[in-house]
Amino acid sequence: MSNQPTTLFDKVWDAHVVRKIADGPDVLFIDRHFIHEVTSPVAFLGLESRGIGVLFPNRTFATADHNTPTINQHLPVADPLSANQLKALETNTAKYGISHWGLGHQKNGIVHVVGPENGITLPGMTIVCGDSHTSTHGAFGAIAFGIGTSEVEMVLASQCIMQPKPKKMRITINGQLGKGVLPKDAVLYIISQISASGATGYFVEYAGDVFENMSMEGRMTVCNMSIEMGARGGMIAPDEKTFAYLNGREQSPKGEAWENAVAYWQTLKTDEGAGFDLEYTYDAADIEPQITYGTNPGLGTGITKHIPKAADVLDGAASYAKSLNYMGFAEDESILGKAIDFVFLGSCTNGRIEDFRAFASVVKGRKKADNVTAWLVPGSHIVEAQIQEEGILDILTEAGFQLRQPGCSACLAMNDDKIPAGKYAVSTSNRNFEGRQGPGARTLLASPLVAAAAAITGKVTDPREFL
Amino acid sequence: MLDVKGSEVEKLIADSRQPITDSPQKMAYDKFTILTSSAVPLPLENVDTDQIIPARFLKATERKGFGDNLFRDWRYNGDDTPKADFVLNNPLYSGKILVGGRNFGSGSSREHAAWAIYDYGFRCVVSSFFADIFKNNAINVGILPVTVSPEFLDKIFQAIEKDANAELTVNLPEQTITIVATGESESFDINGYKKHNLINGYDDIDYLQAMKEEIGAFEAARPY
Ligand code: SF4
Repeated sequence: MSNQPTTLFDKVWDAHVVRKIADGPDVLFIDRHFIHEVTSPVAFLGLESRGIGVLFPNRTFATADHNTPTINQHLPVADPLSANQLKALETNTAKYGISHWGLGHQKNGIVHVVGPENGITLPGMTIVCGDSHTSTHGAFGAIAFGIGTSEVEMVLASQCIMQPKPKKMRITINGQLGKGVLPKDAVLYIISQISASGATGYFVEYAGDVFENMSMEGRMTVCNMSIEMGARGGMIAPDEKTFAYLNGREQSPKGEAWENAVAYWQTLKTDEGAGFDLEYTYDAADIEPQITYGTNPGLGTGITKHIPKAADVLDGAASYAKSLNYMGFAEDESILGKAIDFVFLGSCTNGRIEDFRAFASVVKGRKKADNVTAWLVPGSHIVEAQIQEEGILDILTEAGFQLRQPGCSACLAMNDDKIPAGKYAVSTSNRNFEGRQGPGARTLLASPLVAAAAAITGKVTDPREFL
Repeated sequence: MLDVKGSEVEKLIADSRQPITDSPQKMAYDKFTILTSSAVPLPLENVDTDQIIPARFLKATERKGFGDNLFRDWRYNGDDTPKADFVLNNPLYSGKILVGGRNFGSGSSREHAAWAIYDYGFRCVVSSFFADIFKNNAINVGILPVTVSPEFLDKIFQAIEKDANAELTVNLPEQTITIVATGESESFDINGYKKHNLINGYDDIDYLQAMKEEIGAFEAARPY
């Protein structure tokens, strides 16, 4: 290697290239592969029809999350198709000797929550999963991205993936986030600035004061949403916070291996003068609590602002009109004060302990609005236990909320947690596409604080009123 | 790290197919060379994979029947009656080419979206801009994603508007797309490796199977 200044992304990518194909992709070695019940069954069928096995079963980790119920998990799964997928995951992982945290397992939870929580995700790794929000793991300075089922099969068969190297983008936010402005707001703000496709073809590094000062949970929220700006993934250089988070986790390296690992991880940062293909810089002071009003995550704005006029958005006029029509909104209306029906706190974006702490900080001593149905879904059993231990459950219960059991839930509405047609949901998840949270459902993406304020008032409310 | 030239790719793939072609091996998908067909226009931007196939149809454990639910919620009402105004329900339009607006295939990584498009009968999707994961998934299942300039995309939409049966020719070996009626043509990008795979019906796993030793050595040197 030369002494050329190098980006964090290049350092990690280049360390994993097994072979470069001229006029073709790189063959990239994958350290960690997460699988779940929905995108893996066909991959295992593929292995069988080829008559090949899993090359390194100890590098793949399975959890059931996308399609699991969030109540009565001790009962048999009622939907026969869902039950069938869960069974297939159990059978396939047992057959090939892959670790499996199925429904009911104490480590079970959303794949992108349990990976970091258990020290499976580490800095400098390459990590893939058949879910686009795999970008979450980039918070640890890993290259992590979502893949399709053919690629799941590829990784099972060869522990490698064929990928052209993406271009590099750096997004810097300096300054300090204001009161009531959360990591979710920072990332929704970025997406509203560069659009839902603004980072397509790029891998993003987040830099600057805001991300340096952010907790690991917050960094995960930001990296999680990278895909919503079109990026394959996003990453943040590991630092003392990263090491402190990982130290002592079940699968983190121990003893001397830990010391060696930290010494290596400390080299994982972008060198002064290293080049990016594209850079954006923002000022934290410009960011207020955000909310989306349309049907892609780029259609969002500050909560006190009005819905933009068609002429001021990047999307085409036809798509924008369709989007507002679906949402039942009009140009130039205020978003504040819009009546809502549902609140969803959860998902791999905002289903971690800090998100529940934030939500509780607003609802404490107040009452849920009668007209609001609230689904509060922890990202994992470990988060669920923390919610109880920290007394958050008591606060929630007193305010009229109930806690559900871990899973993806209304993030993609594959199980029974579907927002009914025409209803409005303030959701802490990551996608507001048409029908994403149920056929005809209307989603407003926001932070846990905005979700909490909406749950209390029954309408879109600036959470800063309650802080 | 080994550098491999394009011409060697063919041999590597040929080698890699040896062990598995002993038993009758189903081709992953049909080979793609030159396709001339009328096209179905979908002039909307940001067509995301949740629209292409909604999550509630992802419960299968086999790759079967996804075409029936392609664009389910745009195509059918809540009571399963077809929506007359959606293009797939309009008998005027048919063909093996789907033409979509900018940022086609954004969102979820679900390969089911590509399966649904393939299963419905499309072999090629044309847009001025594709989301990354969708593009990979499409090629992996044998659909050719063709990226054209916004101007050429407009010309295609206009040609179809003028004549619903207007044909396009997609020539993969030459990397060109042509509006047959006017002869207007544009070239498109695809890397040599993927092109070779599509033309021959190979996939990446065939290639990677031949690299097992190299991968094994690489794995052994990983710190964790
Ligand atoms: S919570 Fe949503 S985005 Fe996250 S893994 Fe589950 S389905 Fe994917």
